[in-house]
Amino acid sequence: MEQGEAALERLAEDPRYRRLVRRRGRLGLALTAIMLVAYLGFVLLVAFDKPLLARSLAGGATSLGIPIGLGVILLAIALTGIYVYRANREFDSEVAAIVAEARR
Amino acid sequence: MTGASGGPGWPALAMFGCFVLLTLAITRWAARRTRTAADFYAAGGGITGFQNGLAIAGDFMSAASFLGISAQIFADGYDGLIYSIGFLVGWPIVLFLMAERLRNLGRFTFADVASFRFAQTPVRTLAAMSTLLVVLFYLIAQMVGAGQLIRLLFGLPYPYAVAIVGVMMTLYVLFGGMLATTWVQIVKAVLLLGAASFMAAAVLWQFGSPEALFARAVQAKAAAAAAKGATPPEALAAGRAIMGPGGFIKDPVSAISLGLALMFGTAGLPHILMRFFTVPDARAARTSVLWATGWIGYFYLLTFVIGFGAIVLVGTDPRYLDAAGALRGGGNMAAVHLAHAIGGDLFLGFVSAVAFATILAVVAGLTLSGASAVSHDLYASVFRRGQADQVAELRVSRVTVVVLALVAIALGILFEKQNVAFMVSLAFAMAASANFPVLLLSLLWRGCTTRGVVAGGAVGLTLALGLTILSPAIWVTVLGHAAAIFPYGSPALFSMPAAFATIWLVSRADHSRRAAVDRAGYVAQRVRSETGIGAAGASGH
Repeated sequence: MEQGEAALERLAEDPRYRRLVRRRGRLGLALTAIMLVAYLGFVLLVAFDKPLLARSLAGGATSLGIPIGLGVILLAIALTGIYVYRANREFDSEVAAIVAEARR
Repeated sequence: MTGASGGPGWPALAMFGCFVLLTLAITRWAARRTRTAADFYAAGGGITGFQNGLAIAGDFMSAASFLGISAQIFADGYDGLIYSIGFLVGWPIVLFLMAERLRNLGRFTFADVASFRFAQTPVRTLAAMSTLLVVLFYLIAQMVGAGQLIRLLFGLPYPYAVAIVGVMMTLYVLFGGMLATTWVQIVKAVLLLGAASFMAAAVLWQFGSPEALFARAVQAKAAAAAAKGATPPEALAAGRAIMGPGGFIKDPVSAISLGLALMFGTAGLPHILMRFFTVPDARAARTSVLWATGWIGYFYLLTFVIGFGAIVLVGTDPRYLDAAGALRGGGNMAAVHLAHAIGGDLFLGFVSAVAFATILAVVAGLTLSGASAVSHDLYASVFRRGQADQVAELRVSRVTVVVLALVAIALGILFEKQNVAFMVSLAFAMAASANFPVLLLSLLWRGCTTRGVVAGGAVGLTLALGLTILSPAIWVTVLGHAAAIFPYGSPALFSMPAAFATIWLVSRADHSRRAAVDRAGYVAQRVRSETGIGAAGASGH
């Protein structure tokens, strides 16, 4: 169903809509920042302290860089999971409620 | 030479034949269901989040990343992991900033979203140009890689190999549209994940633990260095070197720049963004990114094990080495030889067939993306001002597919002997410097105007391309000059902020009548993008 631009602009003033967008936007920005810091931190570590990453983890062949690299991969998957979990649990039903209300 | 390890290539050919028959059957099935423009460009919006996640992962698990990254790990160890992490971390960004809003605003191409509240002609023209450039460079890299790989695996002459790839992808896209392209990608993703899982499991089984695998790999590298005349301490150091960062990242500026290109380029690749229009709603778009991130991350862990497995099982086995101790068939063959070491001729054939299938699936997606930019953005929206009928638009799209295939075959043959390694990272840098800033600011900044995005996108695109030409990869390696004018490995650190700054400055200075319309459209666009009201093909909203 198409809605007029005026109805959309009224919806933009709805406090629940504003709250939803603020919360979802904040979550997205926070997770983006975590990913950016973790990845660029990893790259800077590679650029500035190669010996640290090459250091043996527990006296064996496995180096400190292995769990750190693995950690960045798992972090990316985990952050994605957190966002999807929150969006599916909270945001979707709020969006549906706001849209249904606006239709009435 | 026919087979990779000198044996006959028949198992490979037979299995590749099976794949071709299967994909042609899929194409036939998809062709019956492809009637409208929405079917052709977006598979009718009927792909599920899980399926789309596999297809997206398939687009990223190209032959270049499977063979290239495992080869890099085979050669340098840890460096390959650094590279693969860069390809993964863009996905969370796509989810947090783009995926749902794209799905809510767009229909077929990312230009639908970028031009939503702006003047159609200039923004779509820019988006189509950048799509074609990104697709073209990506396509050339894939075609050249394909030709070399197929010549090696199947013993076919290079031009035939390139032509076969071109003809197959044309069939998929021409008749089966997005539905066939997606399912070919899904089938290939499952085959590739299966083959890589088997290889990694076999490697870990054989060594017992990752630690044992790493220890043997360090020994193998040390022994190889000693055999080349290194003193014992030097050999030991050479062995240990594979467990830490080496020469991949030279200076911090190049490192950050390449990191930014990979991270934000993912959020601007047209053939990837297009996949978000194949799912029914924002929720499915979100789910597809979660699946894609999981599969791609898992795949890179597998390639890491495969690369280290190859150091021990391939790098110490004279069957796979030439007289000088180098890998037979070139560096990219590490994973293919490992397949032979693990599962003999039959599994070698299977992995070769999967590698071929991978190339076909990836080039089909690229071609469809390029064709939509021409037919949907340039022809229907710019040339016919949105008045084109669907039949004519689809005809233009199909003609473009054929033209693109011919261009890809010609360029593939032309670039056979060229070093094309820079092309994929150039595609990422252009996507990060043009498409990403344009999309992000048009979605989230009220003050953004038509003039702003066109100027900023053009600056980002030109700068990314120009600085790459002046960088060592082209200026020195391809053009043969002594020193590069632009000394860094990737332009993104400069071209991406330049694009953002240009959009901001030009938009701020823009007091035209159009600018007022652009800004007035923001609130309604934002509400649509956040709620999915009025989304194309949306169900339940």
